[in-house]
Amino acid sequence: MSGIEFNRVCRVYHASARTIVALQDISLTIADREFVAIVGPSGCGKTTCLRMAAGFDFPSSGSVRVGERAVRGPGPDRAVVFQHFALFPWMTVTANIMLGLRNAKVPKAEAEQRVANVLELMNLQGNEKAFPHQLSGGMQQRVAIARAYVLDPEVLLMDEPFGALDAQTRVLMQEELVRLARVNPRTVLFITHAVEEAIYLADHVVVMTRGPGKIKTIIPVKPVRESEAWDRKERIEDVMNEPSFVQLRTEIWRLLREEQKGATLKQS
Amino acid sequence: MRNRSLRLSRWTRVALGLFGLTIFFGIWGAGSITGLASSTFLPDPLSVIGRLLKLVDSPYAGHTLLEHLTASLFRYGAGLALAIVVGLPLGLLMGWFRLIDDIVTPMFDGLRFIAPLAWVPFAALWFGSSLGGPVLVIFTGAFPPVLIGAYRGARLIDPQLVEAARMLGTPHRRMLTEILLPDAVPSIVSGLRVAAGLGWQSLIGAELIVVSSGIGYMMVQAQAAVSTRTVMAGIIAVGLVGTAVDLLLRLGEGAVRRRFGVAGPSK
Repeated sequence: MSGIEFNRVCRVYHASARTIVALQDISLTIADREFVAIVGPSGCGKTTCLRMAAGFDFPSSGSVRVGERAVRGPGPDRAVVFQHFALFPWMTVTANIMLGLRNAKVPKAEAEQRVANVLELMNLQGNEKAFPHQLSGGMQQRVAIARAYVLDPEVLLMDEPFGALDAQTRVLMQEELVRLARVNPRTVLFITHAVEEAIYLADHVVVMTRGPGKIKTIIPVKPVRESEAWDRKERIEDVMNEPSFVQLRTEIWRLLREEQKGATLKQS
Repeated sequence: MRNRSLRLSRWTRVALGLFGLTIFFGIWGAGSITGLASSTFLPDPLSVIGRLLKLVDSPYAGHTLLEHLTASLFRYGAGLALAIVVGLPLGLLMGWFRLIDDIVTPMFDGLRFIAPLAWVPFAALWFGSSLGGPVLVIFTGAFPPVLIGAYRGARLIDPQLVEAARMLGTPHRRMLTEILLPDAVPSIVSGLRVAAGLGWQSLIGAELIVVSSGIGYMMVQAQAAVSTRTVMAGIIAVGLVGTAVDLLLRLGEGAVRRRFGVAGPSK
């Protein structure tokens, strides 16, 4: 069982005579099977947090742990879904999903069964032999999610996964992800700048400040979702019209607007 | 980017190409037929073409033109194959492992500016003058573009694809063969086209000096016999074969780009 723990993480970049503090003193604990979304203005370092959990980037001080271990590099126990999908263009849908299983030396029959299961789970049947460029953006992101899910990872790291999709596809994918989270709950760290998306999907929403990136507030959404029974509504627009949802959204927007104002004042 | 404001139909462009060739042969023909230049100094186009056709079935310098060309193409194929076998994996390794890049690059940069022909004496000395020597000379011509094509392809891969592959637990060997290699294919094919041209040029140079068969050898023998028409026929044969090889590779390049280039980052 794996949670994610950021313990007093700082990340400093050195750019020609200037030192940029990207993240300052980030402490955040994501419990096992909890869904946490980070929102914040662009450039606040939210993607850097995810990259550290993935093992693509490392803290200048402090530590990042996933499960019992400090993160030392990328690995299939922490599957990443990228904003621009990062599918291998020369591989078919099946080959893309199969790569991680082949790397893990999963026996062929079992691997094929698992790929078939995940294709069905993500409604991708009939596209097995297609190449990524032959699919729509939404379909490509389904493949990327399937590629992550098939590894049965402890932790799922999603970096603005729906940011490159059009509005309608985006809503469908959000509903899909909620369905998936119910069938097969995982520890999820989800980066987005869409406030509604964060509230709709997450158990906790983390609001970050800009320059240097710090955690401003952590807003619990799960208690509201459970007491107001959002999960009984199938459609995202019905949930979004709930007064409790609107209240949370207003609050988060107010927090983000403070950041925006701060930035404008600093620049002028 | 070329100025494309002047849009011409395909046939107009073919006609323009023919027009250019006509001017070229016109000036050549006018120079020789009017007697402005003596026929030894500048043989006229028609007699050269006649000579070329005759060489196809009657032996000169021990072999017919086709036999000479076959001998040349055999050496050429061997040298090019060697350049690919060495240059392609080395280029990918340099693109993936920083250490190998740091070791090989200074040596490679020092050597690649030496013209292939400069190696001819040593190539013959070390590897013999029938196959080994000429193959080494072609190799020195064709190797750099093959290596650079593979290296550039591996270095210019979208970093996110590398991250995705690492996240999926891809081991180094598979990283090279299943991620970097297919991603680098368009760049490798471009390098191959350059390599094919340089290799063919280098071969003719090598054959002028060392061997006892091949199109270059035939031209040297003709030069010794002051048969300028034969030399000129050889030049045309070299040009035609070179063009044919490039045309084949260009067709292959198109097919490969359609298969591997789509949706990938443009390079």
